[in-house]
Amino acid sequence: MSVQDVAVTAEIAAGRRASATLALVALVVLLALISLGIGPVRLSPWAVLEALFGGGSDVSQVIVREIRLPRTILGLAIGAILGLSGAALQGLLRNPLASPSLFGAPQSAAFGAVLVIALGLADVRSYALPVAAILAAFGSVFVLLTIAGRNAGLLILILAGLAISSLAGAATALVMNLSQNPFVVLEIAFWLLGSLEDRSFQHVALALPFIVAGAVILFSQRNAFRALSLGEETAQSLGVDVGRLRLFVILGVALGVGGAVAVTGTIGFIGLVAPHLVRPLIGHDPARLLLPSALAGAALLLAADIAVRIIPSTSDIKVGVLTSIIGVPFFLYLIRRERRALGGGVA
Amino acid sequence: MTFLTAENLNVALAGRTVLKNVSLSLSLGHLVALVGPNGAGKTTLLRALAGLIPSEGLIRVNGDALSSLPLRERAKRFGYLPQGHVVHWPLPARDIVALGRYPHGVTDPARLTPKDSEAVLRAMQATDVVEFSDRRVTELSGGERSRVALARVLAVEAPVILADEPTASLDPRHQIDVMKNLRTAADNGVLVIVVTHDLGLAARFADHALVLSDGRLVSQGAPGEALSEQVMAKVFRIKAYRTEYQSEAVIVPWAEAR
Repeated sequence: MSVQDVAVTAEIAAGRRASATLALVALVVLLALISLGIGPVRLSPWAVLEALFGGGSDVSQVIVREIRLPRTILGLAIGAILGLSGAALQGLLRNPLASPSLFGAPQSAAFGAVLVIALGLADVRSYALPVAAILAAFGSVFVLLTIAGRNAGLLILILAGLAISSLAGAATALVMNLSQNPFVVLEIAFWLLGSLEDRSFQHVALALPFIVAGAVILFSQRNAFRALSLGEETAQSLGVDVGRLRLFVILGVALGVGGAVAVTGTIGFIGLVAPHLVRPLIGHDPARLLLPSALAGAALLLAADIAVRIIPSTSDIKVGVLTSIIGVPFFLYLIRRERRALGGGVA
Repeated sequence: MTFLTAENLNVALAGRTVLKNVSLSLSLGHLVALVGPNGAGKTTLLRALAGLIPSEGLIRVNGDALSSLPLRERAKRFGYLPQGHVVHWPLPARDIVALGRYPHGVTDPARLTPKDSEAVLRAMQATDVVEFSDRRVTELSGGERSRVALARVLAVEAPVILADEPTASLDPRHQIDVMKNLRTAADNGVLVIVVTHDLGLAARFADHALVLSDGRLVSQGAPGEALSEQVMAKVFRIKAYRTEYQSEAVIVPWAEAR
């Protein structure tokens, strides 16, 4: 291979990545339009576009812009931050099985939020909710990474994650258990299932600033992930402040996941699945995977949220239930694929 | 001229003193072999010199105290090649080599300035890895991967290269290959410090040897002298067959010392 060939093959790879990313953008836009068009009144993507930009009937304008737009924005933003968080954690830990939900971050965030609700400290629409969720998520990921230590193997991370999510689940159950008000308990139980239903612009205002802040932090660290492919020590020798990077990633994930959980409850497995879906298209470079993983996450959650509105059933299926039902078999498939690494105990 | 010095270097890891009062002074253009039995503190010394672990004492590189240099500046002065050549993701070889330009502000291997691009290419040509620039490193053989790792370190174009057992688990041909590359770097004015257990390779390629024993620097000098019979007996507890071939020292570990 000559020197020119090196440049040419690099360019071809870059072109392939760019077209894959564009295709993902198109997919997300299409799914967003479908999401805006689906419900008791079905609208074509064209009618949706018209209503969005102030055309069409008043009724369709209200339906699209006031009822369905918040739900779609949340689906898009939360799917994206979950996909991004998954890709960032996988990059940080150099581990294809890392994801917020396997580490107990959403479960802990849910506990934080539930505690605030049950103690009557705040109503469901105050900023206390996302703040509590973010603090709990930060605490859980921080504890997990501290327990696992540097260069932790798959097995340690997953066991520690299991312990933390079990603890968060038990703590949430305890809060519900001790709660005096059965209506609050019911409300919490449904909220925990994870749903985008009936969300308003108030919810968007509650979650979006945190999600955007989390995304900005995670994206700002992207180049360090590539250096980290060589291990923490080598990355440090190349000038990466690994300790600071860890803290930034934990903070970004906590802000994003906490903000998301505060308005939708726990929606799991998007962060695990999204990076795996885009690796065949983009390659394994952890820095390049961030944006496409965010897009794939957005597409996944929008698609799941469309599916729960289409699947005929007597009562509504919650989108968090659906993502788990799809996500867990995928997780099992990944465990099978990573069997060797898991058996050896090292990543 | 002295480029890298350490004065009374002490390192404690997990409460145990690993390095005790190590002082050294090394100049550019030398290939230095850092040898010693298992657990003598070789890797620890390498890490301390690169500033990867905290240490007591004063390390100076080109006159500047290491502790006063920001991470990025340290990274420009030390190319660090760890043991094992681990790469966690199946990235193409050229992206790995391009990571050597990270200390110089290159964040995207697809967007290299002409200067960085030349440095990457020089490094890849020196280690003869241009032909598999597009292959994933995880698919390469051990020997090929070690050359890619070496190219990554050369691409930093740092004045000091610290290599931790770069020849471990390589076949004889690739061992010579790696040592020759490091020798060439030294001949081009780089200070290369190589940790190795292979006293034969150390004697053949290095022009200076540092012998560590139980955290102390017990002997140093030209390999033939630093690895004297007494040092072999006391530090390594072996007897070696010694001779000279093509005016280089030859040391072959032969039997346990009594």
